Amino acid sequence: MVTELRYWQAVNRALAEEMERDPRVVLVGEDVGTPGGAFGATRGLRERFGPDRVRDTPISELGIVGLGVGAALAGLRPVVEVMFNDFLTLALDQLANQAAKLRFMTGGRARVPLVVRTLVGAGKGTGPQHGQSLEAWLGHVPGLLVAMPATPADAYHLLRAAIRCDDPVVVLESLRQWNLRGQIADEEPLEVGRAAVRRPGADLTLVSVGGALPRAERACELAAGEGIDVELIDLRWLWPLDWACVESSLRKTGRLVVVHDAVGFLGPGAELAARAAERVALAAPVVRVAPPRTPVPFAPSLEERYFPGAERIVAACRKVMGRSDG
Amino acid sequence: MSDHAPRPRLARDLYVTQLRIRRFEETVARLFAQGRLPGFVHLSIGQEAVAAGACAALRDDDVITSTHRGHGHCIAKGGHLGRMMAELFGGRDGYCAGLGGSMHIADLERGILGANGIVGAGIPIATGAAYAFQAQGTGRVALAFFGDGAVNEGAFHEGLNLAALWHLPVVYVCEDNGYAELTATDLHTAGPGVAARAVAYGMHAEEVDGTDALAVHDAVARAVECCRAKEGPALVVAHAPRWHGHFEGDPQRYRPMGELEEARRRDPVGRLGHRLLAEGWADESWLTSVTAEVEAEIAAAVAFAERSLPLELEAMLHLAGAEASW
Repeated sequence: MVTELRYWQAVNRALAEEMERDPRVVLVGEDVGTPGGAFGATRGLRERFGPDRVRDTPISELGIVGLGVGAALAGLRPVVEVMFNDFLTLALDQLANQAAKLRFMTGGRARVPLVVRTLVGAGKGTGPQHGQSLEAWLGHVPGLLVAMPATPADAYHLLRAAIRCDDPVVVLESLRQWNLRGQIADEEPLEVGRAAVRRPGADLTLVSVGGALPRAERACELAAGEGIDVELIDLRWLWPLDWACVESSLRKTGRLVVVHDAVGFLGPGAELAARAAERVALAAPVVRVAPPRTPVPFAPSLEERYFPGAERIVAACRKVMGRSDG
Repeated sequence: MSDHAPRPRLARDLYVTQLRIRRFEETVARLFAQGRLPGFVHLSIGQEAVAAGACAALRDDDVITSTHRGHGHCIAKGGHLGRMMAELFGGRDGYCAGLGGSMHIADLERGILGANGIVGAGIPIATGAAYAFQAQGTGRVALAFFGDGAVNEGAFHEGLNLAALWHLPVVYVCEDNGYAELTATDLHTAGPGVAARAVAYGMHAEEVDGTDALAVHDAVARAVECCRAKEGPALVVAHAPRWHGHFEGDPQRYRPMGELEEARRRDPVGRLGHRLLAEGWADESWLTSVTAEVEAEIAAAVAFAERSLPLELEAMLHLAGAEASW
C-alpha cells in the first residue's frame, strides 16, 4: 500500500508502528509527551502508548541521552529526542564516550540499541545555534551510525531501520523538509547503510547529503537543460557509508560533485573526495559545494547564499565537466 | 563457623569481600610498580567497605554502574577475578577482550553495567536502567557508585533530578574520599555537602562511615528498600579516605602531614576483623583460612591473566565490524 504523508507525519507513523510492534520501544525527550513534540513528530503517542513509554523530560540533554544508554543496557529500545542537533553538544559524553564505545569497550558483549532523533534546522532562519549540520562530528566517532533521511519515505523507513538496529543510531531529521509531502510504500527493505540513486545519469555523479536533496534534484533538472546528464545519489547514511554505490557510479561517470549543508572543511565531502581520489581514476578534480567555515548566519539573504543552492550546484557540475562558465 | 545467624554471616561475607578487594588492589599496585600493567590504574584501598557493604544490600539481578576507581565495585558485585586481572593485562580473556582496560570492566550477566573513564557518567546510565526497571515493573534496583568529585558534574544534577521527578528505583552511592583527583573537597564543592543536594531534589539521603562495612550495608539496604517500595530514589554518602593516590604513581604531595596515618588507623578490613573476633562471630583460625583462600584466588587470577594473549588487530577490527573499510 502507498500512502502520502508529510515528512513529520512519516516520523510519527514510524514511531507508532515500531511501538506497536515492539513493547521495548520507548520515547523520551523534551516535549515529546503531552505537547506531542516541539514540531509535532510524537503527536498522539503518549495518549496511545501511555506515560511509561512516552515521557516528557526536563531540558537535560546529557541526562536523557545517558538515560537512553542505561535503559538500552537494561533491555529497552529507547528513542531519545534531542530537539536540534546543535544541542547534542550538551550530550556528547553519553553519545560519543558511552553509547558509541560500549560495544567495543566490552569486547562485543554489551549492545546499545539506542536511537537519538534530532533536527537539522539549516535553511529555516534558525541561526548559529539551531542551524548547524553536525553529521561530520558524529560520523567521526567510531561506534555511531548516522542516518540522514531527506524524503518522507526515508523519514519513515530509515527511522524504522534505526529502531531495529542493535547499535546506537543518530537520525538527523531535516526541518527544511518537515512539511514536504511524499509517497510512502509499506513494503521496503529496512536496510542500514544503503544509499539511493535518485536519478540515473551518464556524465557526472552528484552525491547529496541529507537535506540538500531537493536543491540537488533541482540542479539536475537545470543541468539537464544544459545537456549535462547527472547521476544523483542520496547518501542517506553517513555511516555505514555506502561507498560501493558511489564508486560504481564514479566508474561510469569519472566525475564527482558533492553537496551538503555541513561546513565544507573536513565535512562529508572531504571524505568522499579523498576516497574518490584514492580509489578511482577520475576524469576531473572533485568539486564540493558546501558552506564556508563560519557559523550559520541569521539574515535570510545571507543564509540563502550560505547554504548551497541549485545554481551553485549547477555551476559545480559545469566546472567538473570542464565547461568554461563553471 | 558455628554462628549462622544472619548478622554474623553477613559480617563474615563482608570481611571476605573486603579482603578480596584489598588483596586484588595490592597485587595490582605491585604489578603496576613492576611495569607489568599498561596505562593507568586507580586503586580503592581504604574504600573497600563501601563496595562490599553496598553490593551486599543488592540482589543478584540488580545492577550497578561504577567509576574509574571501580575494581572493588566489580569484585563486590561478583566479578570474576581472573577476567578482571586479564583485562588489566590487556589480554583477550579479559572482560573487555583487552579493548577497555581497568576503567571499562563490565559484566552484564552479573549486573555490572560498567566501570567508567568519565567522572559522573554512570549516574545517568544507572538512572536509565532504573527507568527500564520501572517501565518493566520488575522490582529491580539500579545503583550508581560515584566519587565526591562527580557531584559537580551536570550528569549528577541531571540524573538526580530525573530520578526524583519519576520516582525511579535507583540508589546513588557517593564515595567521599575527600579528593576530586588531586584536589581536596573544600576547593571544589560549595554548600553543606552532597546529602543536602539530594535532599534539595526531594529524595531520602543519609551519611555513613564508609570504613564500616556493616554500617554501609545497613544504609544502602534502607535506600534499596525505599526503591523497592516505589519510594525511590535515595542517596547514601559514605566517607572513606583513599590510601593511595588518584592514580598509581601519584606522589600525593598535596596531602597534609598525618592524614594518611589517620586513614590507616581507620582500616576497614582490619576493623571488621577485630569486630568479628570481639563479637565472637569468627576466630583466628577462620581469619587465617579465609586469608589463605583469598590469596590463592588472587594468585590464580594473576596466573590466568599472564596466560592470556592480546587480541590480534584483525580480530579487533572484526569485533568492531570495521574489517571492510575505515
